[in-house]
Amino acid sequence: MRSIFKTGAAALAAATMLSGAALAEGHTNLEGTLRITADMSNPGPRAVIEGLAAEFGEMHPNLEVELTVVDREAWKTQIRNALSADPPDVINWYAANRMGPYVDAGLFMDISEWWDAGDYEGLESVRGAMTMNDAQWGVPYTYYQWGVYYREDIFNELGLSEPTTWEEELANCQVIVDSGRACYTIGTRFLWTAGGWFDYLNMRTNGFDFHMQLALGEVPWTDDRVRATFDNWRTLIDMGAFIEDHQTYSWQEALPFMVNGQATAYLMGNFAVDQLRNAGLTDDQLDFYQFPIITEGLPQGEDAPTDTFHVPSGAQNVEAARAFLQFVTSPDVQGRINGPDGLGQLPVNANAEVADDEFIQQGFEMLSQNATGGIAQFFDRDFPAEMASVGMEGLQEFMVFPDNLDDILERLEAARQRIY
Amino acid sequence: MGDGRDAQTWMQRNKMVVTPILFLLPGFLFFAVYVIIPIFQSFQISLYEWDGLGEATFVGARNYQELLTDRNFEISLWNNLKWLALYLLAIPAGLFIALFLNQTVVGIRLYKSLFFFPFVLSQVVVGLVFSWFYLPREGLLNNVITFFGFESVNILGDPTLATYGIIAAGLWPQTAYCMILYLTGLNAVDPEQVEAGRLDGAKGWKMLWHVILPQLKPATFIAFVVTIIGALRSFDLISIMTNGGPFGSTRVLSFYMFERALSEFGFRMGYGSAIAVVLFMIMLVFIGYFLWSMYQEEREARR
Repeated sequence: MRSIFKTGAAALAAATMLSGAALAEGHTNLEGTLRITADMSNPGPRAVIEGLAAEFGEMHPNLEVELTVVDREAWKTQIRNALSADPPDVINWYAANRMGPYVDAGLFMDISEWWDAGDYEGLESVRGAMTMNDAQWGVPYTYYQWGVYYREDIFNELGLSEPTTWEEELANCQVIVDSGRACYTIGTRFLWTAGGWFDYLNMRTNGFDFHMQLALGEVPWTDDRVRATFDNWRTLIDMGAFIEDHQTYSWQEALPFMVNGQATAYLMGNFAVDQLRNAGLTDDQLDFYQFPIITEGLPQGEDAPTDTFHVPSGAQNVEAARAFLQFVTSPDVQGRINGPDGLGQLPVNANAEVADDEFIQQGFEMLSQNATGGIAQFFDRDFPAEMASVGMEGLQEFMVFPDNLDDILERLEAARQRIY
Repeated sequence: MGDGRDAQTWMQRNKMVVTPILFLLPGFLFFAVYVIIPIFQSFQISLYEWDGLGEATFVGARNYQELLTDRNFEISLWNNLKWLALYLLAIPAGLFIALFLNQTVVGIRLYKSLFFFPFVLSQVVVGLVFSWFYLPREGLLNNVITFFGFESVNILGDPTLATYGIIAAGLWPQTAYCMILYLTGLNAVDPEQVEAGRLDGAKGWKMLWHVILPQLKPATFIAFVVTIIGALRSFDLISIMTNGGPFGSTRVLSFYMFERALSEFGFRMGYGSAIAVVLFMIMLVFIGYFLWSMYQEEREARR
């Protein structure tokens, strides 16, 4: 009796599956469970991933999509347990060096075949960021530009315009300092913000390629070219360009200085725009410019950190995971999730539509046309984890006590020799 | 008459021994699995270079050698010593407040609860409150300082002051804890001895030193134990108030261990374990002393 029922149910299931597949335009016959663990825990991103999971579930009626959202900061330490104990089928992480430990430990699946099979049309330009040991280990789903966000109204009041060269930058800054304000707000309590300044100053002083050589440990920190970068930084510090006591503030706590007009600009990622708007600044008061050129003739490199999806090597439902990655990176989905109602960032698919937002548009233009040097991930993603942590600590110290530079550089150099 | 004992089972005969063992067994098992065995595992891991994921490679004492030249380790060690020394201030402070509050006045219970209140707060809350208190310019502390015409100071942003700032925050709840220990102790002070002391003409400091304090010895001992352990375990306040910064100047051993082994950029289980082993050795000195003095007291009591 029982077995007859079972066969009947199975037959029924098979029939619905066929019709379901037909409805979903041949979207294969995925079944079982697809377990996704995401770190998109902030309200906006959370809604995005929940929407994606639901939509993907509807497209595949026989597939149960199980979504777990983990706090973004907590995930940075939990991922190790998650990958080695009971790996889900799809997880969030970051590109470049940050995936190194998991790639080396064999915890991420090599998905080069899927890339080669043409799963990710339109993603050719970001393939490099996912490549390690000549193979691809995941797909990106969003990225965002870094740049200088500034108070347009204060610039107008002081008669300043967007600087394109270092001389203009310094001249602007002098006017701002003379008006009793700081040129830049920054909160270095969690260190990484100082990494952004170093990235830009180094890429502009010595070029993108040199910056990458430094990240790969091929250049000593005591090199004169590195010192030149710090010299430029020191010029700003000495003229009082940065707000005081920045080592006490987080990046969010540093926002009010800009909102209140005590500081006029912020070197930040595009995610700051949302916070600045929420704090009451209108698009008339806010604008954006690309970090100015320091050394003439060097092609400009930009920071544009990429967030990614990966398939753990212990994934159970690989077929469903593959379909999900393809779904997430398709032009249509990319355009939607990165739009102003979603993440408010840049789509990774070249065929996707870029949202109609002043800052997203400017960022897209800058990265696609004016970042000829290359696109870096960010200090803490391009440098190996340990080097990044030692490095950012030194950068913070330099910003507070610039006289300690020699000592700091020697410490970083000692760390470099040990780590690489 | 046959010997009644023969009728008893083995269990009945030995119940005075077996019952306590049965009661202790689960606790002992958990203690072994979650405390004792991990201690020895840390010893073992500290001899390896291991990122927590891949293969561990045996490196012998290299992690310890590296500790010797690691400036951050040195800073952490010194900070631990500062914590140990300054945290003990909670004991006299607690005693003073307890003596002050040990009166029969209307509403004294309310005052006692208010003084005890900081101990009930989570360390995270204490840390946040003190971070606001110390804020440069906006903070209460700086408002007071600038009111009297002094320069505003950024305590948590100054590498020479930050550790002291955090210890001061930690002393707030710890003093409350010591106070409650002393208040309980003061309840047990023998009024007849106080009376006798008074007849002999003792008062004020003499009374405190020769009559009250000796009777508070058990309370002092417990206050000493909890304060030392609290100082060595300091972690949450540091994490909340400065996150080890500015540039690592407020790290202590436990925080440094966490950073190296378990945090966002830490992938060195072996190195972290080596730090943990050093911290354990320091604790062992105190734990050994505590156990020894408790054993001594037990022996005195038996005599």
